[in-house]
Amino acid sequence: MMNFFIERFLGGKQGAVAIGILALLILVIFPLALDLFRLNLVGKYLTFAFAAVGLVLLWGYGGILSLGQGVFFGLGGYAMAMFLKLEASDPESTAIQTTPGIPDFMDWNQLYELPWFWVPFESFTFTLLAILVLPALFAYIIGVAMFKRRVGGVYFAIITQVIAVILTVLIVGQQGFTGGINGITDLRTLNGWDIRTDSAKYILYFINALLLLAVIMISRFVLTSKFGRLLLAMKDKEDRVRFSGYDVSNFKIFIFCLSAVISAIGGAMFTLQVGFMSPSLLGVVPSIEMVIFAAVGGRMSLIGVVYGTLLINFGKTGFSETFPELWLFFMGGLFIAVVMFFPNGLAGIYNKYVSKLAFLQRYLPAIKLPKSKADTQSNASSSASTSDNAAEGAKS
Amino acid sequence: MKYFSRRKFLGKTSNLIGAMLAAGLISTSVMATEFPTAEVNTTGLAVTDDTVTVGILHSLTGTMAISETGAQEAERLAIKQINESGGILGRQIRVIREDGASDWPTFAEKARKLLINDKVAAVFGCWTSASRKAVLPVFEQHNGILYYPTFYEGLEQSKNVIYTGQEATQQILAGLDWVAEEKGAKTYFLIGSDYIWPRTSMKIARIHIEQVLGGRVVGEEYKPLGDTQFGSIINRIRLRKPDVIFAAVVGGSNVAWFRQLNAAGINSDNQTLLTLSVTEDEVLGIGGENLEGFYSVMKYFQSLDNPNNKAFVEAFKAEYGEDSVIGDVTQAAYLGPWLWKAAVEKAGSFDIDKIVEVSRTGEIELDTAPEGYVRLHPNHHLWSYTRIGKWNRDGQATVVYESPELIEPNPFPEGYQ
Repeated sequence: MMNFFIERFLGGKQGAVAIGILALLILVIFPLALDLFRLNLVGKYLTFAFAAVGLVLLWGYGGILSLGQGVFFGLGGYAMAMFLKLEASDPESTAIQTTPGIPDFMDWNQLYELPWFWVPFESFTFTLLAILVLPALFAYIIGVAMFKRRVGGVYFAIITQVIAVILTVLIVGQQGFTGGINGITDLRTLNGWDIRTDSAKYILYFINALLLLAVIMISRFVLTSKFGRLLLAMKDKEDRVRFSGYDVSNFKIFIFCLSAVISAIGGAMFTLQVGFMSPSLLGVVPSIEMVIFAAVGGRMSLIGVVYGTLLINFGKTGFSETFPELWLFFMGGLFIAVVMFFPNGLAGIYNKYVSKLAFLQRYLPAIKLPKSKADTQSNASSSASTSDNAAEGAKS
Repeated sequence: MKYFSRRKFLGKTSNLIGAMLAAGLISTSVMATEFPTAEVNTTGLAVTDDTVTVGILHSLTGTMAISETGAQEAERLAIKQINESGGILGRQIRVIREDGASDWPTFAEKARKLLINDKVAAVFGCWTSASRKAVLPVFEQHNGILYYPTFYEGLEQSKNVIYTGQEATQQILAGLDWVAEEKGAKTYFLIGSDYIWPRTSMKIARIHIEQVLGGRVVGEEYKPLGDTQFGSIINRIRLRKPDVIFAAVVGGSNVAWFRQLNAAGINSDNQTLLTLSVTEDEVLGIGGENLEGFYSVMKYFQSLDNPNNKAFVEAFKAEYGEDSVIGDVTQAAYLGPWLWKAAVEKAGSFDIDKIVEVSRTGEIELDTAPEGYVRLHPNHHLWSYTRIGKWNRDGQATVVYESPELIEPNPFPEGYQ
């Protein structure tokens, strides 16, 4: 039983060590070393890591590049924001409005009652379900429309990007219903629990971190299953899998839905920790940023992308605080350096150098268990697909 | 109007600087000891015996950078001038600049950093309503104070924000009254970008046109932010032949809007146009030739002829180059540090609650503002003049109208909501 857990959920001994180190970092070291403000920032970064983990499944293993993961991040975030906003808009605190009891931006836009699709979000249970089901449903519709017609590669990337644009335009344009470009702001309590207090920030951080670890383990479980191997096979030679009698499009739809749900969980946690949601988090730019997180972390590595997300975001915050006018150049330099020198991202560096250090070779054999299949496979495939990566990079 | 003469103003300043130099550090320490840190700062802000730290929070990168740079420069200029004239309560102002990067969550993050980590005594910043809405809960929760420079839609009055730009009614009503009277306008075509500020502005404008001026609105159109296709709207304008086009188009759309209007042969020879959203900064992008003869309604134009403004324009150009231009928001941003200084000195304290308290008295005023005399209303907005400028080919405006009196700010206008 224990072995099954280690093999399938943690990715073998090596995977268990890696996830243990990550857990140590985000559950112990960060909370001890950082003050609450910085910890809250890390919490925000980790919400983006959900999207990056989703992209490892979809892009790294599935070979399907989506430039619209922000859409699902946004759906999750907006669902949570709608619930919180309704709770913050009780008739007493909105007494100065023309229509008390509806969100403030609706009042500014001359709405006199709550739109029907807002009503169910008064229920917390419904909201939680919506965070999981809505993105999955939406991804399913897109997936069926595209994968059943064998739309893939660059075309799929472009279409997902267009969806991100459409959703942004829709939200900005329908500001009476959505809060428009301002987004949904001034969120206060979750079922009466003030999410702005220091203790709430700590609790939300830990919930977020544990959820991320859980999502990584579930993703690992998916990847170490037969389905995971099929996914890799599909990525390398789709036709061969199809001719072997598998319905390729269903696998693709499933992995797309799964990555959408994972992104949406990140989005909901973002809203809780940052205290608002706006269209600037689901457009083209954040969607591409999520791909960058995955690329920098190493798109074949569930753990690597978390470090990638953290590195980029620490860089963003740090550079922009130190060099408010020049920081974008440093970020650009960082991306170029990663792409030029470490095409497999941080995980690539780890696999290439750290795991081969001489002393590890000397001391590890004593405790070494048989390497897990998933790991050998992923390592092999990531080195084998280096040339593929380069070709794909040139294409996009 | 009460203006200091320029000579008097300069004389005063140089005397002060002279005294400072002569007395050296002694003068500051004497002044600072007059206001011991323990007394002027009871809430743990970043105030030491000789410095006080403030934050400037604008987009230095991203799509809003082009607009916000001027505001940020004006705030730094004001702070520099305040420091040169002895600082505040004997303390020199230290600035921490943060980049909001045109991204609202980043604004919230940086606001949190300034208030929690740096414990700044005041923040000057934000430009778009969206960025203000994003930081507002942060300022309210951590009890900071924000000086916000942009003309905006109103419908807001926070204890923790001082609004140094005009709210919608100040800008709109005087402008509409002027076109109705001066141009005999009866029919109006309203056009704006699709977000909260133009929508609210046009709502106020429509009510004023229909119920007060007895005019008619013959069209009301909104374009998504960033949209650059105005062909169909221009056709509708041609069809309905409004006496006045009343516009609040912003950002990149603004450039396309005026260029396409001009290309379609609609210009000041055959059409009156009044806009809420063009300052000297925007003209740089739109081009003076596309705007020539059209009108903007603002509280400030760079060409204002008064001694305060001459000194301000000179100092600004000396600091940031001869080619720099100063728009309405830039000037409003320049007022921020000065208003804060006035409030702190009146309160004799940096404590936010005390600053808010004196700001609510309605007695904080500036004689030296480039736009003229301004006074802070208890509702945290400024009493100000409203002016109408006619654009020239060179990108400067000639002021053709100035409201006879200071206009009262009214962020929650009864009957206009």
